[in-house]
Amino acid sequence: MKFFEFFSFTDPNIRYVVAGSILMTVCSAVVGCFTFLRKRALIGDAVAHAVLPGVCLSFLLTGEKNPFVLLIGAFITGGLSIFLVEFITSKTKLKEDSAIGIVLSVFFGIGILLLTAIQHSGNANQSGLDSFLFGKAASILPEDLYSFGLVGVILLIGVFFFFKEFTLISFDRNFAEAIGLPVKMLEFILTSITVLAVVTGIQAVGVVLMAAMLITPAAAARYWTHNLTIMMLVAATMGAFSGIFGAYISYLAPSMPTGPWIVMVISMIAIISFTFAPVKGVFARLRKQVKNQKQITDENILKLFFQLGEKDQDFFTERSINSLLERRSMRRDHLKKGLARLTEQGFLAKTKDHWKFTEAGKAKGQRVARLHRLWELYLTQYLQLAPDHVHDDAETIEHIITPELESKILEQLQYPKVDPHDTKIPYKDF
Amino acid sequence: MIIQVPNPILEVHDLTVAYHRKPVLWGVDLTLPPGSLTGIIGPNGAGKSTLIKAIMGLIPLSSGFVKLFGKDLDEVRQKVSYVPQRESVDWDFPASALDVVLMGRYSQIGLFKRARKADKEVAMECLRKVGLENFANRQISQLSGGQQQRVFLARALAQDADIYFMDEPFAGVDAATEAAIIEILRNMTISGKTVVVVHHDLQSAVTYFNWVLLLNMRLVASGPTEKVFTQDLLQETYGGKLTVLAKVGDLLEKQQFPSREDKA
Repeated sequence: MKFFEFFSFTDPNIRYVVAGSILMTVCSAVVGCFTFLRKRALIGDAVAHAVLPGVCLSFLLTGEKNPFVLLIGAFITGGLSIFLVEFITSKTKLKEDSAIGIVLSVFFGIGILLLTAIQHSGNANQSGLDSFLFGKAASILPEDLYSFGLVGVILLIGVFFFFKEFTLISFDRNFAEAIGLPVKMLEFILTSITVLAVVTGIQAVGVVLMAAMLITPAAAARYWTHNLTIMMLVAATMGAFSGIFGAYISYLAPSMPTGPWIVMVISMIAIISFTFAPVKGVFARLRKQVKNQKQITDENILKLFFQLGEKDQDFFTERSINSLLERRSMRRDHLKKGLARLTEQGFLAKTKDHWKFTEAGKAKGQRVARLHRLWELYLTQYLQLAPDHVHDDAETIEHIITPELESKILEQLQYPKVDPHDTKIPYKDF
Repeated sequence: MIIQVPNPILEVHDLTVAYHRKPVLWGVDLTLPPGSLTGIIGPNGAGKSTLIKAIMGLIPLSSGFVKLFGKDLDEVRQKVSYVPQRESVDWDFPASALDVVLMGRYSQIGLFKRARKADKEVAMECLRKVGLENFANRQISQLSGGQQQRVFLARALAQDADIYFMDEPFAGVDAATEAAIIEILRNMTISGKTVVVVHHDLQSAVTYFNWVLLLNMRLVASGPTEKVFTQDLLQETYGGKLTVLAKVGDLLEKQQFPSREDKA
């Protein structure tokens, strides 16, 4: 079984490849948290593309694939691209997005040009250089791991020591400057660290997709926590997971580029996060909406029982579905479900096909009716709305007014007796 | 009417500030007495925020200088605090109220070091002062606008400075919060601090401040509130922009002209 062969990590080559992939993805995920929070995703993309000419130039100058030399070349052109984006933005009328677009395509174009030239040069050493485009985890050699590993560790130490300062310049740059932090210096260090993270990552992920490894883990992790430290740990874990997977794919199919696979995995993790994360996830929000809808239906039913009770001067009459629908039109299936829920919750009591208030149900129905009329009165008195314009608004607001707000409204309206339509406002009997 | 004071805590001399070469503040000269609660008042686009940003060294000066405590800002930063506009930051940042207040301690803590227990206690105390002690661990995006503004105020208090510059601390806050904030500012001046506030509500300005700067692209007036709040001076501040001044500014921008001959 290839699976067990790989995940037992007995083969030292596999260990190198896995360790390398994890290190690269973890570094970019951690550093990427700041890129994400500073809203510099596009800059990250420009840097990633701009390291390609650096890698090619280093190779052309030295004629060998020494990882340290390639790294230096990549760092120089990557850094140069950021400098150029800032230069263009400050010295010309072009906006940052245009500057990024220009710099990215020019650098990447030169990179591809050089890469093609190298491939046709007949230099025997050049094989594998093209794996920097889309990444090839399987091509990570022990010496690569040592050099990239060293850079990665420096990176993480840098983030650890400057964590407080990086956080502050990401959140409130003006304040950082006002308290006298060397903001320009810190930004330079953070930018350098970001470029380094991109540079270390390209062997596993490739320049084309590297920006995804900076931004996606951070964006996904942000959905799970409000704490920056935890967010970084979550992002790092997600990055590591996608790194292992990328290495595994590279092991199964050595001719397959790993970058796309790693990005696929991290994107899946991100989609799962966007969908299922508590509170902020799509499902959590849908659930909340369904819950709101149910609450509105239930409260409307109780209010309906109360209004009918007011009319008949008997709040505990048994009522059928048809008699309820006569007074207020609502979808029959919603009404049925609502009646069942309310019966189960003890606000209504059911006998055969008829329902009637319990004491708790009456109190709740009365409260909704009261809030509706109070809000109508509030709108006419404080917003000077015409009495015939306030009903629809009150239909919604009656469901979200809290007891604290209710007492505040009561205070401001001085415990009114009737609403703008001269209907009595019902209060609890004491 | 610009009243100069002896031994000022803040001195601004011939200050001109330009954005993209377009001057937004022309030749401001002013001095503030220590212990004052000062309001910077003026219409939209008068350069109120620009003035305090220039004082804090956040934007380059086209001309002039600023002295705090008779010294350059860099020598006295520990004694100066700045509260940016609430909208200037992204409140969806993953941080708690306490985290933000702790930022006020960063210059005391120093580079590389973590916040100490003492810093956390100071931060908690400052949160208590603004009435947010129960919100210390609340994610900042879950706070109301008024609470966010109070978090910023607590962060400034945590700096324990002697002069505070606040950019629109009353913007978007409810009446109760506004009253609470002005109470805190008053107490600060009573204990000897100087507070300078960008404000744009004329009505409350009279009661809030004991010193007022009237600003509209140039300094119209600076002095004790009762002397400055006159019909004439207010008319001069709010009575429309100076058309010639605005036109010259536009021209400088269009022609890419320096506002001082010796500046490139």
